Amino acid sequence: MPSEQQPMITWYEEQFGAFEKSLNGGRTSEIHALRRKGIAAFAALGFPTPRQEEWRFTNIAPITKTAFQPSRQSADLSIVEDRIRPLLLAGAWHLVFVNGQFAPSVSHLAGLPAGVMVSALSEALQKHPNEILPALGAVVRSDENAFTALNTAFLQEGAFIAVRDGMDVERPIQVLFAAHSPGGPTLIQPRNIVIGGARSRFTIVEQYVGVSEHPYLTNAVTEISLGARAVLEHDRVQEESLEAYHVDSLQVHLRRDCRYTSTAVSLGGAIARSTIGTVLDDEGIECTLNGLLLATGTQLLDSHTAIDHARPNCASHELYKSILDGQSHGVFNGKIFVRKDAQKTDAKQTNKTLLLSDDAVIDTKPQLEIFADDVKCTHGATVGQLDDEQIFYLRSRGIAEADARDILTYAFASDVIGRIAVEGVRTRLEPVIHARLSRARTTEHARVHQS
Amino acid sequence: MLTIRDLHARVEGNEILRGINLTVNAGEVHAIMGPNGSGKSTLAGVLAGRAAYSVTAGSVRFEGKDLLAMEPEDRAREGLFLAFQYPVEIPGVNNSYFLKSSLNAIRKHRGLEELDAVDFLTLIRQRMKLVEMDESFLNRPVNEGFSGGEKKRNEIFHMAVLEPRLAILDETDSGLDIDALKIVADGVNTLRRPDNATIVVTHYQRLLNYIVPDVVHVLVDGRIVKSGGKELALELEERGYDWVRENNARATVAG
Ligand SMILES: Nc1ncnc2c1ncn2[C@@H]1O[C@H](COP(=O)(O)OP(=O)(O)OP(=O)(O)O)[C@@H](O)[C@H]1O
Ligand SMILES: [Mg+2]
Repeated sequence: MPSEQQPMITWYEEQFGAFEKSLNGGRTSEIHALRRKGIAAFAALGFPTPRQEEWRFTNIAPITKTAFQPSRQSADLSIVEDRIRPLLLAGAWHLVFVNGQFAPSVSHLAGLPAGVMVSALSEALQKHPNEILPALGAVVRSDENAFTALNTAFLQEGAFIAVRDGMDVERPIQVLFAAHSPGGPTLIQPRNIVIGGARSRFTIVEQYVGVSEHPYLTNAVTEISLGARAVLEHDRVQEESLEAYHVDSLQVHLRRDCRYTSTAVSLGGAIARSTIGTVLDDEGIECTLNGLLLATGTQLLDSHTAIDHARPNCASHELYKSILDGQSHGVFNGKIFVRKDAQKTDAKQTNKTLLLSDDAVIDTKPQLEIFADDVKCTHGATVGQLDDEQIFYLRSRGIAEADARDILTYAFASDVIGRIAVEGVRTRLEPVIHARLSRARTTEHARVHQS
Repeated sequence: MLTIRDLHARVEGNEILRGINLTVNAGEVHAIMGPNGSGKSTLAGVLAGRAAYSVTAGSVRFEGKDLLAMEPEDRAREGLFLAFQYPVEIPGVNNSYFLKSSLNAIRKHRGLEELDAVDFLTLIRQRMKLVEMDESFLNRPVNEGFSGGEKKRNEIFHMAVLEPRLAILDETDSGLDIDALKIVADGVNTLRRPDNATIVVTHYQRLLNYIVPDVVHVLVDGRIVKSGGKELALELEERGYDWVRENNARATVAG
């Protein structure tokens, strides 16, 4: 741990001390032992630095230099409720958190079918501690890095979703994390646990939204484990405030004949780093990771994915696209491991970047490590700009240049957006993306005119 | 409607158009023929506002306005339409969405209300019939994976929806089979009105049997070297371009 980090580490240790005090009786519980391990691991590791390979392109200095205050029970939710309601998907179950705290007034969980548990983690821990405790940290190693360690240290709340064997959950489960942090930089650390029984089928929409433009840090950890032949569609939307920071780590453990699809759209955050790790731990698994990064201004959006083919006869498909405008910076790192055992693996990775300005930068790195010999693995990365011929074609049919660029940019993203499982998420994103692009254009315009 | 005077244009330092003069009046059909590389598509591109070409001299007036001063989209909104020789594929943009954006941009410019989804669909269904195009093409990305002939037919479909004042068809007939050629030509003829005009660029006199031109021009080396009635196309087919080239050389020497 670099010594200049000591003051910040002390800060979080002090925060941990205060947190411990507030727990009263909770201090002796099993879960608290886990937290203690978390804070110890955090202090030992320190925040990652660009000297570490995994963080080489991702300068998180603004995060490590800010003393974020772990969020407490928020006093008054009514101000943000009006901002949250329009975000709730029609026909879905809603599990909503504001600044990391469960918000029952905007959550809708009454009438969940038997065999489907969707609740705040704190509530689930109270009701079924013996079932849930073993699931904590089962998929994510708390000492993986400083962020998972810090998340574990303050582990208290998040989404808990468990679907029993054979259950087919018709309605999507929307988990919404709204952040509203006017009182100074807040630290919001959801811990989400998803357990899909054998042959279960369900859909989750995981969404992070900043409802006001204030600095805060979301540091989320999600652990998913699926039983044999389970099918999970996982839509993920990151729309944090542009002043905010977002770090999330998703780890997925898959068993025989599972089908897991994650489609992640990342738009928000001054700095946002998303890590996905999937382990294909039996045969016949199909794992699909789709992603779209849209960065403008000086945003830094980073996606690290890892697909671990541990067993034979599995397939993985990965499509990640980045659209970068202004002076933004995109990072994509896609690891695919094919272990010695994993014969007949079929892995395909595609990464495409559209640069909308000369000042935007992408760092893209496919990383394939293949130890089996009878496999099919392909990867491809392209970086390009909008096509002048296409722009001219649109303009020659009466479409304004700015609109032509907008249409073509959206078209670039459309195949990823088309893979979002829940239609309501897709239709809401379209205007959000258009607005972001045109807003970027206006500010860019203003910038050019000022200079 | 369109008056081109002494138009010179360069691309990458080479002068491709070297003094074009052409007048097209409302209600007329003009054909432009000429050997490969003579500058036909360049002329069409300069009129539509393609950025790669720089106009070095001359003027173009369209409906009384300075065409060359306008952005490509404004030319389209004023009623100019180019059916591309090589229509570009646009993955991710669906044909009907594209047409709706296009039509509404043009309507807005003309002070008309934007069409709602129902009126738009009624209109495009009707225009699809005109070019006998299958409805499945509406929901496909613009030109993506279309066959050569399907792309050309799609261009005429766009034209039928946008109803331009002046349409320039750049070798729309190349790549069309005999039946498609007839359908496209019928479409163009149906859309003919006393207040609009068409320029057809073609290599084949066959098309001109269906779309009968008022005037045929021969463009060679960046200049219109001969203009005449529809019989000129037949004569060209028989005698080839060397015949006009020689004629032109003699005329130049004599002049
Ligand atoms: N972007 C460009 N860069 C370089 N040369 C060009 C470009 N566009 C056109 N030219 C040249 O200009 C000349 C005229 O081309 P143009 O496409 O106008 O010919 P055309 O008469 O339409 O021919 P065709 O009958 O083959 O379609 C050709 O020699 C061509 O190579
Ligand atoms: Mg041509």
